Amino acid sequence: MLGFMKVKRYIGGEAEVIISEVVEKIRKPKRYRIPEIDEELRKKRTRSEVRIMAMARKVGVATPIVLDVEGDKIIMERIEGEAVKNVMDEEVARKIGEAVAKLHRAGIVHGDLTPMNMIYNNGKLYFVDFGLAFHTHDIEAKGVDIHVFFESLKASFENWEKLKDAFIEGYSCYERAKEVLERVKEIEERGRYIDRSKYEVNR
Amino acid sequence: MIALGIEGTAWNLSIGVVDENRVILVEDRPYIPKEGGIHPREASQHHAEVIGELIRSVFSKIPPQKIDLVAFSQGPGLGPCLRIVATAARALSLKLNIPLIGVNHCHAHVEIGRWMCGVSDPVVLYVSGGNSQIISKKGGRYRVFGETLDIGIGNALDKLARYMGLQHPGGPKIEKLAKNGRKYLKLPYVVKGMDFSFSGLVTASQKLYDRGERKEDIAYSFQETAFSMLAEVSERAMAYLEKDDLLLVGGVGANKRLKEMLKIMCEDREGNFYAPPTEFMGDNGAMIAYTGLKLFLKGRETSIDESFVKPDYRIEEVEL
Repeated sequence: MLGFMKVKRYIGGEAEVIISEVVEKIRKPKRYRIPEIDEELRKKRTRSEVRIMAMARKVGVATPIVLDVEGDKIIMERIEGEAVKNVMDEEVARKIGEAVAKLHRAGIVHGDLTPMNMIYNNGKLYFVDFGLAFHTHDIEAKGVDIHVFFESLKASFENWEKLKDAFIEGYSCYERAKEVLERVKEIEERGRYIDRSKYEVNR
Repeated sequence: MIALGIEGTAWNLSIGVVDENRVILVEDRPYIPKEGGIHPREASQHHAEVIGELIRSVFSKIPPQKIDLVAFSQGPGLGPCLRIVATAARALSLKLNIPLIGVNHCHAHVEIGRWMCGVSDPVVLYVSGGNSQIISKKGGRYRVFGETLDIGIGNALDKLARYMGLQHPGGPKIEKLAKNGRKYLKLPYVVKGMDFSFSGLVTASQKLYDRGERKEDIAYSFQETAFSMLAEVSERAMAYLEKDDLLLVGGVGANKRLKEMLKIMCEDREGNFYAPPTEFMGDNGAMIAYTGLKLFLKGRETSIDESFVKPDYRIEEVEL
């Protein structure tokens, strides 16, 4: 059976992902960096990713279960299901909002919230990539997290405004949701994508 | 068509003359601080003092009647310096009765790099004294995908050099010292998504100097850390945008170790690395002239009313 399984390979900016009956995420050595920097970085980031995935599960956000960690390699469970990108609707967007609320409440900022990094299976939503996640209680960081998600909705879906509203509905169970969402608006307005100069002098 | 461009956003006052096919001439009158870093007022006084002589010198080689348009760097940059450049450009435009075109300085770096390297849609790493950004085209506009959260890499190199008693500009001196570095001293590596930060790295390096570590080892450790960060965010942008070409522009692009790291990174992901000749990496008038010419051929022109300086002008605001 295994012999027939298709192996897929993705080379991201930081890690290589091999999908077979399990998922292997390898932070390969970067030849451009001296080993003193490279080795420590890869180990540190791998450990941090695993730790944050465990934290996320603890607060009720589904992620793949980590089967093994060897230095710069994480072996995790393969999640079956549809890429959220293909099944996105208001119901799914609301669930994403609820999950992000849980992450933010626990001080987890995902760092790369896009539908590409989520899988939906029988009503259950999984977050599959915590490669850029970090721990903080900073409102700005949480605001940026959501801003990135809204940008990705805009880029991929015609009905992004409805999806955005549904997300906000789900996210609003977070005690500091109002504060974060206000910051998101501010980020949009000042937007590095529009004109930051009005807000930051002397850059 | 022949375009004359004036650059003077910071330390280098430069005039370039180009046509559609080649750079005809570039002349520089750099401001070199006697001590310390660039002082905006002193830099602008320097520019004001030498700009008349620079223009005469250029016109002794190419007669003013041959010039079809004048372009100038409108920003971002040091306000007092920008005003000297804008004033000179307006005067030339009125006197010669030729169109005036305000150019975004960052945009000019990108355009001359693309022109010289013949690369159409790269991810651009732009590294200079005041700027450090990852730029690429998306949706008909240049966008900044990552950038420094505090100071530019050139600025960071200058600060460290000055602290170790070296004169401005610090970059080349740090590069020379780093060649004799043997020991890697641990320094903070700060990358957040596609953004990065250098000020903590400067402070930590200064502490190493206070502790009595060798200058060579500090310079080496600093370069290795800072350039690894830049190579990493460049790679992340290439993966994210699914683009295979990387273009390096800006004055710090002259650094050989930085080029080497980026080249290796591109090789390992089967991408291509491009860098224009060193004399067109730093601030120069040719890049302003070329970008002005390109914009003019698309029908752009800047009226005198719109020719005010923009010290915080961002590349995202440029209509392509």
